[in-house]
Amino acid sequence: MSERSIGLLGERKKARLEELARASADKGGVSLVRDAARRLRRNPVAIVGAIIVGLFVLVAAFAPLIAPHDPVQRFDELTRNLTVDNIPGASSEFPLGSDPLGRDFLSRLIYGSRQTLFVGVLATLIGLAFGVVFGALAGAFGGWIDVILMRLTDVMLALPSLLLAITLVAMASKSSQWTVIFAVAIVNVPIFARLLRGSMLAQRESDHVLAARALGVKERNIVLRHMLPNSLTAVIVQATLTFAVAILDAAALSFLGLGDPDINRAEWGLMLGVDGQRYFEVRPELAYYPALAIIVVALGFTLLGEAMREAIDPKNRR
Amino acid sequence: MSLLDVRDLSVVFQRRGERPFTAVDKVSFTVEPGQTVGLVGESGCGKSVTSLAIMGLLPRRGNKVTGEVLFDGADLLKLRPDDMRDRRGRDIGMIFQDPLSSLNPVIPIGIQVAEVLERHRGMDHKAALKEAKELLDAVGIPDPMRRLKEYPHQISGGMRQRALIAIALACKPRLLIADEPTTALDVTIQAQILTLLKQLVDETGTALIMITHDLGVVAGLCDTVNVLYGGKVVERARRHELFGHARHPYTHGLLNSVPRLDSPRGERLHAIPGSVADNIPWAEGCAFAPRCPNVVDACLEGPPPLEPTATGGDLRCNNPVSEEVAVP
Ligand SMILES: Nc1ncnc2c1ncn2[C@@H]1O[C@H](COP(=O)(O)OP(=O)(O)O)[C@@H](O)[C@H]1O
Ligand code: SF4
Ligand SMILES: [Mg+2]
Repeated sequence: MSERSIGLLGERKKARLEELARASADKGGVSLVRDAARRLRRNPVAIVGAIIVGLFVLVAAFAPLIAPHDPVQRFDELTRNLTVDNIPGASSEFPLGSDPLGRDFLSRLIYGSRQTLFVGVLATLIGLAFGVVFGALAGAFGGWIDVILMRLTDVMLALPSLLLAITLVAMASKSSQWTVIFAVAIVNVPIFARLLRGSMLAQRESDHVLAARALGVKERNIVLRHMLPNSLTAVIVQATLTFAVAILDAAALSFLGLGDPDINRAEWGLMLGVDGQRYFEVRPELAYYPALAIIVVALGFTLLGEAMREAIDPKNRR
Repeated sequence: MSLLDVRDLSVVFQRRGERPFTAVDKVSFTVEPGQTVGLVGESGCGKSVTSLAIMGLLPRRGNKVTGEVLFDGADLLKLRPDDMRDRRGRDIGMIFQDPLSSLNPVIPIGIQVAEVLERHRGMDHKAALKEAKELLDAVGIPDPMRRLKEYPHQISGGMRQRALIAIALACKPRLLIADEPTTALDVTIQAQILTLLKQLVDETGTALIMITHDLGVVAGLCDTVNVLYGGKVVERARRHELFGHARHPYTHGLLNSVPRLDSPRGERLHAIPGSVADNIPWAEGCAFAPRCPNVVDACLEGPPPLEPTATGGDLRCNNPVSEEVAVP
């Protein structure tokens, strides 16, 4: 039942329904995470996001089974008629037609999901790991550690993230997918650090930390048992949102020709930037499909992340 | 010797660029072993700040605490922070107003009870969990075995406050400070929690400081009641004296605004006119003067002193309610 229809039932019934919900929540030993998951399952936005993310991960995982062809093989049937003005379109054998080098476009799109997942996951995790360490240090110790770390993040956040990533990639001696991953990760470090620090400082002022102090809990445990775990959920949700930004940034770097120069690697940003742009007049699909894939996946992660943020909000807990 | 002897406790908040604000102004009171003492007054009169100052839990910066807080004769305000921390939860327990936000949301109830036992009584985890189950049972939580594993948001408000009481009393402290322990609860639950508190402090011989804005709460509970106004004690009396013959006009006003079971239905309560916002600084007179029905000229000439009464209490008033007037 949706929020709105509950609202129409009037306050008394609403209270009754909430009572029921509470009672049913009381039944089993539902854990905190499962409780948030329960709210997520009721949220259509979360469901749409989860479906997109789920499909994306499945496609990436089973790309060799799903893809009709080898993504790097150049097919004679396709190269035979291939010119700069004529890129063969859809046929029964090649459902989305050819790419500019006579390879199966659909298979390359499917394999591209792997690259996106790989770059997105690694860039997010690396950014998360460093961000959590710095944020936790700043939040736990305060003082000069906090001042230095936060000034550093200020500087990084003052620059547009993509510009910073471009600068970082340009600074690297040679470009590979790892330079892209690290550049995108580093750009996200200050976001995680700030979020965790802010969340920990808020926790420091919270009632349960005061109550813990009133029980003589040691400072170390205040940080490790109270401030940190209660702040991590926010960071995990942010990671979902960051994933979307990470794949957009990574695609943008490839699009600008700053990514991995390997022409065999199927990668959405590269497909969009090189093939899509160059042959847009001839075969606009070469641009449309990778662009669509990037947007849909980024959207999926954003929807899921936003819904998660709502679900873990303690204000929605009971 | 009193268990707790608070002498001239003052707390002045001072933020940079702001005028200092005296939240607690030379408050003195004592708590005898096993006794229940009330701290009563409207919101903002300094009850919570008093309790936090006793516990040494005020923010490290931005305030100045003076006076003495003698626990067993030793001044808690002079203890090293580490020593004070060892005493919190062991010698003095505390429960707060909002049971949900006072519990750690990510740790099951049972573990939270067990952690106190591990911290102060040196128990290992298994023994502590077993004891935790017994403690939950003792505070009237049904099916304690299951509750051990449940998270704070999964149990009802009344249960949570029971769990907090179990945590606060886990180490059998000699003093428990309860800061508005029932304010956030449903009316029906309030009475249960008060009964439980009374039963537990009676059984264990724990002394209790009961902080509330509601005189109705202290009616059946406290041996002595301290009425606070604007950070100062304005009246102190034994419970029966207070309810029978309150002398301070403010206490009188509070008593008249307590809902009474025997009052005819629909009868309006006589709330005290105005609010604490109308206070004048104590330095200029009686802070209550702008709201006081008994105000006389002397009330605006300087702070009235706290003086002993014939019945063994204390009173800070130039023109108290006459002793003969009983509360309606
Ligand atoms: N950390 C603080 N900084 C500044 N003023 C405070 C702080 N804590 C409490 N106060 C002020 O002290 C006064 C007493 O507050 P408190 O003891 O919480 O009242 P109550 O009797 O309702 O518990 C209030 O006016 C409040 O605004
Ligand atoms: S001192 Fe004066 S103003 Fe204050 S309570 Fe007594 S009579 Fe009222
Ligand atoms: Mg208070």
